[in-house]
Amino acid sequence: MGLGAETRRRIAKRAAQEITHGMIVNLGIGIPTLVADYLKPELGVMLHTENGILGMGPSPDEGEEDGHLSNAGGYPVTLVSGASYFDSATAFGIIRKGYLDMTILGALEVSEQGDIANWIVPRKRVPGMGGAIDLAQKAKKVIVLMNHTNKDGGSKIVHRCNLPLTVQKGANMIITEMAVFHVREDHLELIEIMHPYTLEQIKRATEATFRVSPTLTTIQS
Amino acid sequence: MTEPKVPSKVVEMDQLASCFKNGMTLMCGGFGGVGAPPTLVNFILDLGVRDIELISNDVGFPWIGPGKLITEKRIKKLIASHIGSNPEAGKQMHDGELEVVFYPQGTLAEKIRAGGMGLGGILVDVGLGTLVEKGKQKVNVEDKEYMIEPALTADVSIVFAKEADIYGNLTFDKSARNTNPLVATAGDITIVEAERIVGAGELDPECIVTPGAFVDYVVPSKGVDWEWVWELRRADGSPNVPHKK
Repeated sequence: MGLGAETRRRIAKRAAQEITHGMIVNLGIGIPTLVADYLKPELGVMLHTENGILGMGPSPDEGEEDGHLSNAGGYPVTLVSGASYFDSATAFGIIRKGYLDMTILGALEVSEQGDIANWIVPRKRVPGMGGAIDLAQKAKKVIVLMNHTNKDGGSKIVHRCNLPLTVQKGANMIITEMAVFHVREDHLELIEIMHPYTLEQIKRATEATFRVSPTLTTIQS
Repeated sequence: MTEPKVPSKVVEMDQLASCFKNGMTLMCGGFGGVGAPPTLVNFILDLGVRDIELISNDVGFPWIGPGKLITEKRIKKLIASHIGSNPEAGKQMHDGELEVVFYPQGTLAEKIRAGGMGLGGILVDVGLGTLVEKGKQKVNVEDKEYMIEPALTADVSIVFAKEADIYGNLTFDKSARNTNPLVATAGDITIVEAERIVGAGELDPECIVTPGAFVDYVVPSKGVDWEWVWELRRADGSPNVPHKK
């Protein structure tokens, strides 16, 4: 919440650049859902859903919706060629066995070790973890898309997560409206700055300790 | 050679009333309400059954699928992975009216599958290092740590199929399949409502997802009687506030 539509799209577009030919990818709700708009058909990406689709396509045209063909959030979708349906145990077997190349998800907090907290705010918001823990722990690559700061201006990229964890050392990459970080084995590395933010602004807005990549670049649009 | 006469499991809904009792454990197919059995949920509501322990991936929306049983306060305990789409469930949980036990979605699905396959439980590492491992029995197998998750079964499973033949062989409809084939296996009594009921031999055996061995009763579905969340729109096209039908 709080980010304009253009900023959300910019984050999604950057995340889409991480997806390579033929990958099996699961997109979470919120900004991650927008990533699908930046996947060219020639990439041959197969989108996976927790409710049992491999090969999810875009939203149908109005009037073409089918109540029995939806994404994990319950909204109508279509299929791409080569798609399949399966039960929920199989949907999570694909994840646990390691066939999911990438998951792109939102978060409440990410630590400099790559710990992710995204499913519970004790006593305030207790919706249940759904598939978040399975995905964050078992996907081969985990990309977190989120606001750099919370609504009070506090950093969401922290030394250690305060909220209960979804996964320990799960995140591989963090993309916000300000910056792109790689989570390395023993440190966080700033690799890209989103124009018009500056390194100083990112340092001020980030609680976590991070190193600056020697090949730091700026994303212009 | 004579054809074996396949027993028919097709019954009238009213014959099933005695299957549902106060305090029962009930397992319900569906994911976000998609694939939840509408006619059987309404039947349970009409019977007035209460104090149910419900096992379901989620509880849909307050007016969709098993969400209706929450809204009418028929559920005393819920085993699920997510209730975020049903604020009424969240409210009852916070008010202490509804006990909720959460499992990671894949773990819950596999616990149900294990129940249906006659296993005692599963070994799973999803959630180690999080709140999920609290209170769990653990075991080391070939130098890897796992939690022991007992299998789940229920007094009655309710399932929504696309097609059933009279023996209870089932096919499902697109992503409305979800947890239904798992739930169908794990009930002491499994009741299926089907959009289409056909004679034995009319379904291609290669296409049957759930074999009839798991199914006790088949009833015809009256179809979905709720509006999907994406159908609720204000005049300006923006999402409407969900309402109970």
